[in-house]
Amino acid sequence: MKQYSTKIIIVLFSILAFSCSKDELEPVTPVDNGNPIRYTLEVPFGFPQPYLPNDNPLTVEGIALGRKLFFDPILSGDGTQACADCHDPARAFVDSTLQFSIGIDGNPGNRNSMPLFNMAWNIQNNFFWDGRTTGLEAQALQPVTNPIEMHNTWINAVAALQATSTYPPLFEEAFKTTTVDSLLVGKALAQFERTLVSSNSKFDQYLRGETALAPSELNGFSLFMDENGGDCFHCHGSASNPLWTDNIFHNNGLDATFTDLGLGGVTGDANDNGKFKTPSLRNLSFTAPYMHDGRFATLDEVIDHYSQGLQSSSTIDPLMKTVGQGGVQLTPPEKADLKAFLLTLDDYDFITNTSYQAP
Amino acid sequence: MKITKTTKMKTLLNATAALLIFGTLLTSCTKNKGCTDPAATNFDVEATKDDGSCLYAEVTTENTTASITFNFTHHFNGVPVTVSNFNQFNYVTANNDTISISKLRYLVSGVTLNTADGSEVAMGGYNLVDVTNGTGLSYTIGQAEFGAYANMEFNFGFDTTANAASYADLNSTSWDVPMMMGGGYHGMQFEGMYKMNGNDSVFAYHHIVTKRPTMMDPFEANHIEVNLPGIALNEANVVVEIKMNIAEWFQTPNTWDLNTYHSSLMGNYTAQTMMQANGFNAFTVGVISQKQ
Repeated sequence: MKQYSTKIIIVLFSILAFSCSKDELEPVTPVDNGNPIRYTLEVPFGFPQPYLPNDNPLTVEGIALGRKLFFDPILSGDGTQACADCHDPARAFVDSTLQFSIGIDGNPGNRNSMPLFNMAWNIQNNFFWDGRTTGLEAQALQPVTNPIEMHNTWINAVAALQATSTYPPLFEEAFKTTTVDSLLVGKALAQFERTLVSSNSKFDQYLRGETALAPSELNGFSLFMDENGGDCFHCHGSASNPLWTDNIFHNNGLDATFTDLGLGGVTGDANDNGKFKTPSLRNLSFTAPYMHDGRFATLDEVIDHYSQGLQSSSTIDPLMKTVGQGGVQLTPPEKADLKAFLLTLDDYDFITNTSYQAP
Repeated sequence: MKITKTTKMKTLLNATAALLIFGTLLTSCTKNKGCTDPAATNFDVEATKDDGSCLYAEVTTENTTASITFNFTHHFNGVPVTVSNFNQFNYVTANNDTISISKLRYLVSGVTLNTADGSEVAMGGYNLVDVTNGTGLSYTIGQAEFGAYANMEFNFGFDTTANAASYADLNSTSWDVPMMMGGGYHGMQFEGMYKMNGNDSVFAYHHIVTKRPTMMDPFEANHIEVNLPGIALNEANVVVEIKMNIAEWFQTPNTWDLNTYHSSLMGNYTAQTMMQANGFNAFTVGVISQKQ
């Protein structure tokens, strides 16, 4: 009994000692649990802060997965067409010189393939020529199921990815789940697209003081910035906003009547009819043809449009101030200078960047 | 085991000892816990470890500063204007031009409250009022001490000093002005259409904060120093309605002829000078609400 009592005392002491000291324990430090590695998007000289959604942080693994998906035809209905087939990195991610891209069934679309760069700086966060989606993640989902594009269903696309031996581990690395779903595909594609940064054109180098511009290029820039000249800056940015787009929607006088309502078809507001997103002027040498419907094959035709070809309509943008005279009436030498300036926005490093090619 | 009187006694002793030790340990374990904050009402001088039990007397200090917010509203000679009224030929200017509005945004900066004895409370900062997109319509400016202020002021656009700085948020929204026009930023982008001989024609009434008569002349400041009535601040939250009468841009003191001045106005010295003069009259104070 004595031994028994002694044991009770020891046990009680131990319990009390433990309960007394447990408050003093240091919190357990979380161990590295294999989380994906955060990727920091560098902000180029003169660029504003990017828009990066909190629910889809950039990670090394997420970007790599998005890149693989972007170049893989597995997402299309018949396994023949990848995102990259209509968004070629060698052409600043537009299609070939086609006016309209051809889907897997051989059918053409009705809008010109948009280039992909500096997507993280589209701070308005509306995508497509008509702004019909909000967020790059949502945008990335649409071409897969569009019947005149990749013509698939997400059930099929997800099943195809899930059935491979390669993709589930990559989803595990990027999102900590081997279960593929369309939202994660959209997130991965969006991550890759946000890393597509064009910021090393000749004009960028000029802004950084690394090179000089030729007189014709400088004169073209002056015309671009001159309200009595080209007056391009109100929609296409400036040296202070070297994205060269305002990322919003304008009717730039293409037509007197509309066959494509553009933003108006999305909002249902007749005041938005004929408005399309301002495209960036970077990389124009690679992105022909031009306008939402690819109606202009050359840059000369574009400049001629703004100079002499403006059409008035009920929603014409007031910034098309010379619409009454048909345009800004540039002379042939002025047009040549303006074009020379625009070509300084070509970024050859962008189209050859190895990080943007097929993995 | 046979239980004897002696063993009963030993058992009792052992049990007593166990309880004593248990009690001692329990006491030693808890007696040093308590509130360790001398500022608390239940501060325990013997406590060596804070157990989160501290209680504090409610501190009541009299608030003597007001947080000031400007709410911007817009009208055309008394007819309210919001984005829902845009793109309609609803308005007739002093020059009898019928207009519609498709874009209206402007920059307010440097809000200042002045006292009767000449001292001022400069709030700093800026706000882009974007009627088209419904942003910046409410602008929380800052804090000022309770009391009577003889007048309120703000700059429409930036003054010369502020205009020399770079603002990434404004750059990214195409608010900047080409260097050949003095650089810096717009004061206002006001666009729409007017009826010209029955036809729709566009206008782009863009105010900028620099101007010069000719390319050979130095730039002159063209921001508008808007002067508003005084205010007595006596509650913690003060909301001031700032009303812009859009019609004033076309009427006082300069009757604006859109057939002459409709676009390419940024580099037009005469147009910019008339804008500056008319803009002085565009703002009034509406409802002021003050709450604790």
